[in-house]
Amino acid sequence: MKALDKKLLRDLMSMWAQALAVALVVAAGVATLILAVGAYRSLDETRAAYYERYRFAHVFAVATRAPRGLMKRVLELPGVAAAEARITKNALLDIDRFTQPATGLVISLPSNGVPTLNRLYIRSGRLPQPGETTAVAINEDFAAAHDFRPGSQFKALLGGRKRTLTVVGTVLSPEFIYSVGPGDFVPDDSRFGILWMAEKAVEAAYNLENAFNSVSLSLRRDASQEDVISRLDALLERYGGRGAYDRDDQFSHAFLDSELDQLSAMARVLPPIFLVVTAFLINMVLTRLIALEREEIGLFKALGYGRLAVASHYLKLVMVIAAAGIVIGFGLGTWFGDLLTRLYGNFFHFPFLVFQRNVDVYVISAIVASTSAGLGTVRAVRSAINLPPAVAMQPPAPAVYRRLWSRGAVLLRHVSQLTIMVFRHLMRWPLRAATTTLGIALAIAVLVTSLFPVGSVNFMVDFTFFQSDRQDASITFASETADRVVQNVGRLPGVMVVEQFRTVSTKMRLRHNERRVSIVGRPAGTYLTGDMSQAPDLPPRPTGIDLSRLLNVKQEPLAMPETGLVLTEKLALLLKARRGDLVEVEFLESSRRTVRVPVTEIFQSYFGLSAFMNIRALNDLLDEGAVVTGVHIAIDERFEEVLYGIIKNTPALTAIALRKASLVKFRETMAQNIVFMTGVYSTLGIIIAFGVAYNSARIQLSERARELASLRVLGFTRAEVARILTTELAIVTIIAVPIGWILGRGFAWILIQGFESELYRVPLVIERSTYAQSALIVIGAVVASALIVRRRVNRLDLIEVLKTRE
Amino acid sequence: MSIPQTDESTEVFQATGLTKVYRTGDVEVHALRGVDMTLYEGEVAVFLGPSGSGKSTLLNILGGLDAASGGRVIFRGEELTGFDERSLTLYRRRNVGFVFQFYNLISSLTARENVALVTEISDHPMRPEEALALVDLSDRMDHFPAQLSGGEQQRVAIARAIAKRPEVLLCDEPTGALDSKVGIVVLEALTAINEELGTTTAIITHNAAIREIAHRVFYFADGRIASTHINQRRLKPRDVSW
Ligand SMILES: Nc1ncnc2c1ncn2[C@@H]1O[C@H](COP(=O)(O)OP(=O)(O)OP(=O)(O)O)[C@@H](O)[C@H]1O
Ligand SMILES: [Mg+2]
Repeated sequence: MKALDKKLLRDLMSMWAQALAVALVVAAGVATLILAVGAYRSLDETRAAYYERYRFAHVFAVATRAPRGLMKRVLELPGVAAAEARITKNALLDIDRFTQPATGLVISLPSNGVPTLNRLYIRSGRLPQPGETTAVAINEDFAAAHDFRPGSQFKALLGGRKRTLTVVGTVLSPEFIYSVGPGDFVPDDSRFGILWMAEKAVEAAYNLENAFNSVSLSLRRDASQEDVISRLDALLERYGGRGAYDRDDQFSHAFLDSELDQLSAMARVLPPIFLVVTAFLINMVLTRLIALEREEIGLFKALGYGRLAVASHYLKLVMVIAAAGIVIGFGLGTWFGDLLTRLYGNFFHFPFLVFQRNVDVYVISAIVASTSAGLGTVRAVRSAINLPPAVAMQPPAPAVYRRLWSRGAVLLRHVSQLTIMVFRHLMRWPLRAATTTLGIALAIAVLVTSLFPVGSVNFMVDFTFFQSDRQDASITFASETADRVVQNVGRLPGVMVVEQFRTVSTKMRLRHNERRVSIVGRPAGTYLTGDMSQAPDLPPRPTGIDLSRLLNVKQEPLAMPETGLVLTEKLALLLKARRGDLVEVEFLESSRRTVRVPVTEIFQSYFGLSAFMNIRALNDLLDEGAVVTGVHIAIDERFEEVLYGIIKNTPALTAIALRKASLVKFRETMAQNIVFMTGVYSTLGIIIAFGVAYNSARIQLSERARELASLRVLGFTRAEVARILTTELAIVTIIAVPIGWILGRGFAWILIQGFESELYRVPLVIERSTYAQSALIVIGAVVASALIVRRRVNRLDLIEVLKTRE
Repeated sequence: MSIPQTDESTEVFQATGLTKVYRTGDVEVHALRGVDMTLYEGEVAVFLGPSGSGKSTLLNILGGLDAASGGRVIFRGEELTGFDERSLTLYRRRNVGFVFQFYNLISSLTARENVALVTEISDHPMRPEEALALVDLSDRMDHFPAQLSGGEQQRVAIARAIAKRPEVLLCDEPTGALDSKVGIVVLEALTAINEELGTTTAIITHNAAIREIAHRVFYFADGRIASTHINQRRLKPRDVSW
């Protein structure tokens, strides 16, 4: 082996800790790209394959009651490849040993027993046979939540009659990858299940013999989706069609899309930030590391080594470190990426996972990491190599220090010489101090970016569950019901407050912008059950305790206007609607009128697109009397069980959403996904923080070793000498903290932009604890590094200083 | 021993009007203020003079380690002061052996490896072991610099300089840190190389006694060569009284 290569190996071994710290920073940067892109692409690919193999439909439509015979005409529509009619209905479920009422979505299986579209993946058991009336196949999540397996039984209110159903199989469906019960925000597998039953059984239960109320279509490749939708709408109009829609409006697909969009946003935003930060850090660290080698570089030149030979020697050194980092990063990134893919795959219950290993991300991350390392080296080597060897071989000429604040010198009399040394040193090398500061600030910023989503989610939870939607439960009625029912609900035991609502499906248009969105009619106030004597058709008295409230951006409650539409900020944005604009509303139910309604208010919401109207104004528009489709209620916990028992046996109810249970679920879901995600990123952030802190401290020591050893020779104690270093680090760190916070907020803002979808908006809320945590983690890393470096101060070789020059 | 005869004495270095100014901030230091001198092939020259008088500066310029501010240096008919970076590197690699005032060994390489660092890039080098034997360090070959005394480190530096059998050997205080016994060993190694290979040798020293081993002695003062002295009779290193 060449002497130079031996030197390289020994140098690497003697600086292993530092080399490892740099390598880990590289690894963290590389890993983020691989993990984020890998997970995103794997899940995207998995979904595509799932849809393909299980023939997920392209267009969906719901009607009230359409004759079977209509299907022939549906199939004849141009562009339609396959079509399947079925019956879908909501049903309240009564499950033993589960006090809460649950909601089921009953779906009929075609008469031949096997769906051709939206095929089912059978996890266990089988599908119900065409003749079976009480056999049911259920989605696996629901089964798992109740430990149901083939043979298990539960009760359901089907078409007003309570029946005992027997589970014959558990299945997965591409249509319900993500399933959320009516009125809920998040999946709760224990309270919402999908029930597939034989067609005959469902027809009988709902009096829909020879009819259907739901249809799915798959299209030919060349078909025009819009054309098919409008033709289908025309066909179904007479039968109460609520407007056909494509995958984008299919809940499971849309949700998955927004989830994948978030992953892809993470993949687009975080890795570049991490990579840029790591590139900067390796550049900074290596530049200073190589700068320390100035004398050796001079010697190599003096001995007759050419520039190229010298440069490539240091490049080799750096590339070994970078390569180690890249390899570790590949491993970490692949591992974390697979873990994330599995986690999400599990969450979505994909029947299989397709792992995508893309060479491009590996190549890109390796190139970015090694280029930034290489550039740092070349830059540093060049500045040393350009010096004449005679100059390079001398220690840098004693720096010219300026007197600190010449007028403040009086002040300084009280400060020890050591402290003055620290300040002079910082001011003599402002650029060096600045890069260290920026390095530490970036570490803090990366941590803020990886930790903040928890705060944003907490804010969303508080905003949604405690500030705006404060009801304990939302009940949906089987059919549109007169306002009077509200009174009956109010008389149930444990119901403290009732607030009625009416939901109507619509299409909203403003200029070229159109959205399918439900308008929710709600009162301007809420009834207290004690006030039930008051006739419900009188103008409701604002009680000041609305259950569901509309809030503006500042979280202040908005008064429900008497007329006009109240839109979420997001919906207003999509429609490009401002207050006062006249929006065209096409009702897809009851009167099916098209009317123009002014926008009177815009409110803040982080989930979904929604529009509100005063319930009386809405009913007036629809030319109907006092109609409600459901109620929000507040429940006295002491009567909870009794109330649930009654609800389970009330045929008029089809669905119930429980807020508290949702909240718990929401937190769990978030705990799973966000915590894991932020966990991964903050781990990488911590690695970076430590890498920067340790290297900064270590390099500072090397740069000043001679000076510090000389101080020791002069009689300063170890503690005093160490204090010079630690004071310097402390000052740099203190300056870095606020800068890091500001940078972190900026990064977080960028990330938030990518998170936004129609189903979700994540507010940029950074909790104080997030700022505190990221600063503390980095300060911790700095302190730990300072302690390690301090031990080196103790081992400073005093003799070495005396043996050589100066 | 005598001065090389004029008919066989080729000029190796010829410096004319050489100046060197160091600028650090607002301060200008005139390290050389016009040096004229010639070194002949095969001669041993000793540079004497007070600290800061410019000895090291001249040696560094002759060795291609530093650029002059003014004047010219001709090396074997070629203008060294006009060399570009690449030619200077090749010049140092092919022609010059250095012994530095501060040893400048690579601390992560053993004595043998420090010598190998140079032999690996030379055309007709000795084996590192041979070079180390010449400076009497055969039993310390696998020690790292930190495990060697100052004198031993200096001898490694000399072994490194002579191992490539250079045409010119430039030594900045090669015996500065050594006692007389070791100093003699070092000087004998240098003169042996000079005699065997006809290496032109320049030695900076503060030890005036060493001037006895030179063909010629240059006295430096304030960036100039104040006077030159030709030794009629050279002593062998072991005969010099320290
Ligand atoms: N890199 C430099 N920057 C500024 N001044 C320098 C530099 N190198 C040398 N000098 C100055 O140039 C002058 C000559 O220095 P040189 O090293 O040649 O002296 P010297 O004769 O070798 O002294 P010594 O016997 O102490 O080694 C001195 O005044 C020195 O301070
Ligand atoms: Mg000198």
